[in-house]
Amino acid sequence: MYQNRNILKGNILTIVKYKMPNQNIDSLIQDIRKDFPILKTGVIYFDNAATSQRPKPVIESLKEFMENENANINRSVHTLSEKAMLHFNESRKIIADFINAEENEIVFTKNATEAFNLLAYTIKEIIPKGKDEIILSEMEHHSNLVPWQEFAKRYNFKLKFIKITKDFELDIEDYKTKLSDKTAIVSITHISNVLGTINPVKEIVELAKKHNVITIIDASQSAPNLKINVKNLDCDFLIFSCHKVLGPTGVGTLYGKYELLKKLPPFNFGGGMIKSVTFEKAEYLDPPEKFEAGTQNIGEVIASAEAIKYLNKIGIKNVEEISSYLYNYAVENLKKIENIEIYNPGKGKSVDIISFNLKGIHCHDVASILNEDKIAIRAGHHCAMPLMKVLKVNGVCRVSFSVFNTREEIDHLIISLKKCQEVFNK
Amino acid sequence: MSLSMYKEQILELYKNPNNFGELNNFTHEYHEFNQICGDEIIVQLIIENEKVKDIKFNGAGCAISVASASLITDYVKNKDIKEISKLNIEDIKKLLGIEISPGRVKCATLALETIKRAINKEN
Ligand SMILES: Cc1ncc(COP(=O)(O)O)c(C=O)c1O
Repeated sequence: MYQNRNILKGNILTIVKYKMPNQNIDSLIQDIRKDFPILKTGVIYFDNAATSQRPKPVIESLKEFMENENANINRSVHTLSEKAMLHFNESRKIIADFINAEENEIVFTKNATEAFNLLAYTIKEIIPKGKDEIILSEMEHHSNLVPWQEFAKRYNFKLKFIKITKDFELDIEDYKTKLSDKTAIVSITHISNVLGTINPVKEIVELAKKHNVITIIDASQSAPNLKINVKNLDCDFLIFSCHKVLGPTGVGTLYGKYELLKKLPPFNFGGGMIKSVTFEKAEYLDPPEKFEAGTQNIGEVIASAEAIKYLNKIGIKNVEEISSYLYNYAVENLKKIENIEIYNPGKGKSVDIISFNLKGIHCHDVASILNEDKIAIRAGHHCAMPLMKVLKVNGVCRVSFSVFNTREEIDHLIISLKKCQEVFNK
Repeated sequence: MSLSMYKEQILELYKNPNNFGELNNFTHEYHEFNQICGDEIIVQLIIENEKVKDIKFNGAGCAISVASASLITDYVKNKDIKEISKLNIEDIKKLLGIEISPGRVKCATLALETIKRAINKEN
């Protein structure tokens, strides 16, 4: 496997300023590719923002758990259960370390969407009196929108949306005018799943703190690409799905500051989250178990930690480096295509995700034609229908990269896109 | 590259679809959205004596949905509405003369489903 290679031992990659092509990065990617069995199907996979692919250690971990460790983690004293419990707890620690959180600040959910719902169903308890507004942005995924719409209906709150500039960035001035002492929550995506924009979440949190606002960050698209440090960001909550970070499906991560998790009421009730129960009432465990009712996705949580370990072995710095290497190459070459509309703020402000349309060709036709060349991209509204309204389109084509993508694959993408235009302009 | 879905005929119909536009004196109408992409289609019909006398469709769409809409609106003209209610994806595939990949079935059947809804809706 790649970790035995010298290239990862030194800091070679971080020193080299990438003039293209960068042979160090290219050969690192080639090593990484060997760990992704799905690439043997011949697919050129550019749909990593929807779900990433799984490297061998993750696949092996799932198998290993089922073959040698499977048991519930219900504090049984038999060996299998003890082993599973230990492994599960270690996994929580690994995932906590990944974003510089404490172990007891990590709550597992089914996915990012469920984590948002957990908050939307419990957060009312910790909102001070007199506050009745929630600030989101025009570029939120439905997961960070619809739960708040329901919340607003239930409690008679008002939703406000930070506007997007013509350069596809958040309009911070607009945010400042919307922020006030009436603001209860600011919930913002770190990286837009459509525009690829990296939002200045640290600044957004800082501004919010002045008005005693609860801050939530959707890290679904940033966790796979950027180093995340919740202590440095100082946000109250942060959410991501492990299936976008090379892990299996079925595991969402909710980070919350411990004192806030203590104050939130539980979301689901039942086994696994109680200290003691009588026929009349129950006393609940402390966080994070308080929020983890019922049998967890044990094997998948353990495999998610394997995914994080895998990323750590590559090195988050190298992951960031690969991301911008591929992004820069793709964006430069996409720009050269005639009659293309690119919805992206550009180098330095974006990473990993690029959305576009070929003028006069429906995004689903583009995706189907690329599919005939074994290139997997996503087309449509990307669970961001209000954003599509703002962009004045019905849908867009989106490419999103991961550590195993190559420049040659991007070359194929460009060739196929040109073929699309030939087919339609005949 | 085998452009299995994007045959000449389909692209032709996409650029110049038949029955595209609006009817002034329609008796039945339905607006529908393609769940996959959010594209909107509007179908208007004139139905007399349980038969489709005229039909038009409107809206934006992909090549597959527009070509299918063009073909199916041609096909249902002068047909009995009972007969129309029995049509399905297999009939669309025959009209298109291509295989439809599973992800695009909704695009191919959008116009047909909208026609059925228009017919069943009380106007
Ligand atoms: C920005 C963003 N937020 C939330 C989600 C929801 O993630 P999941 O479907 O895993 O709940 C996604 C995934 O598409 C996303 O891109």
